[in-house]
Amino acid sequence: MTIVGTTELVCFLVLAAVVVAGSLGGVRLSNIVYSAFLLGGVFMAVAGLYLLLNASFVAAAQVLVYVGAINVLILFAIMLVNKREDLKAIANLTTRRVVSAGVCLGLLALLVRVVVTTPWNLPGPAAVGEEATARIGEHLFTDYLLPFELASVLLLMAMIGAIVLARRDVLATDVVTGEVADQGLIEKSSTPLLLERPSS
Amino acid sequence: MVDFINEMPSLQAYLLLAALLFCIGVWGLINSRNAVRVLMSIELMLNAVNINLMAFSSYVDGDLIRGQVFAVFVITVAAAEAAVGLAILLSLYRNRVTVDMEQFNLLRW
Repeated sequence: MTIVGTTELVCFLVLAAVVVAGSLGGVRLSNIVYSAFLLGGVFMAVAGLYLLLNASFVAAAQVLVYVGAINVLILFAIMLVNKREDLKAIANLTTRRVVSAGVCLGLLALLVRVVVTTPWNLPGPAAVGEEATARIGEHLFTDYLLPFELASVLLLMAMIGAIVLARRDVLATDVVTGEVADQGLIEKSSTPLLLERPSS
Repeated sequence: MVDFINEMPSLQAYLLLAALLFCIGVWGLINSRNAVRVLMSIELMLNAVNINLMAFSSYVDGDLIRGQVFAVFVITVAAAEAAVGLAILLSLYRNRVTVDMEQFNLLRW
């Protein structure tokens, strides 16, 4: 094995270990802030895997979008909803954990079997290597132009939808009559609407 | 068939890693009681799919790299999904004052 291959192998193994350990910690740790930071580590390691696969543009996009936007968004959400609450115990929690772990292990076994037994069409065409970024640009502006434009519309819709969902304001004046709205409504806007009533 | 051990990291190694990551994501999705953690598990699953796409793009489709273009689109959709999901979570939290998934049973029969 050449020294290049060995280096690549060592990088892959380290990144894979970080991905697996980070994701396991992310779903298992009880403190959700630690989980969010571990998730950022997993995203960075996945970006490193993309670099190993000669995809520098997607690696940069991964760091910018996942670590820079989604992870920060998750941290903000944690800060906004961070209330220490003692979760109510539910029946059969252990049974549920064990059954779902069994299902996931079965899925894993199925996927591993597929990966190992399928005769992949290898080796494929020679990889383009560093030209990948230019090739992605060509794809985006020729044969993938429609999905590219649709993605921008999707992002716009998601942005407007997120704003509409996340804000809750009561108009101070009635739109139709111009009169001052019911003051009680404005005060109520800071109280939860759907709390369960004490059962009468 | 199983000569991929010799020339690691091969396509199969990436696919196995992605399968493991996806299964961890599914397990977290089912077992999380915190709604934020559910969204984090979904991001893990999307990343697993992206690793698959990138590995195929590099090893099987080396000259056209269509997998990388798909990965870019998946990242876009993931960003939109995270924004809308967290907005829904925020408005749900304001109305129920909890993030416990077991309490969100408004639409349950």
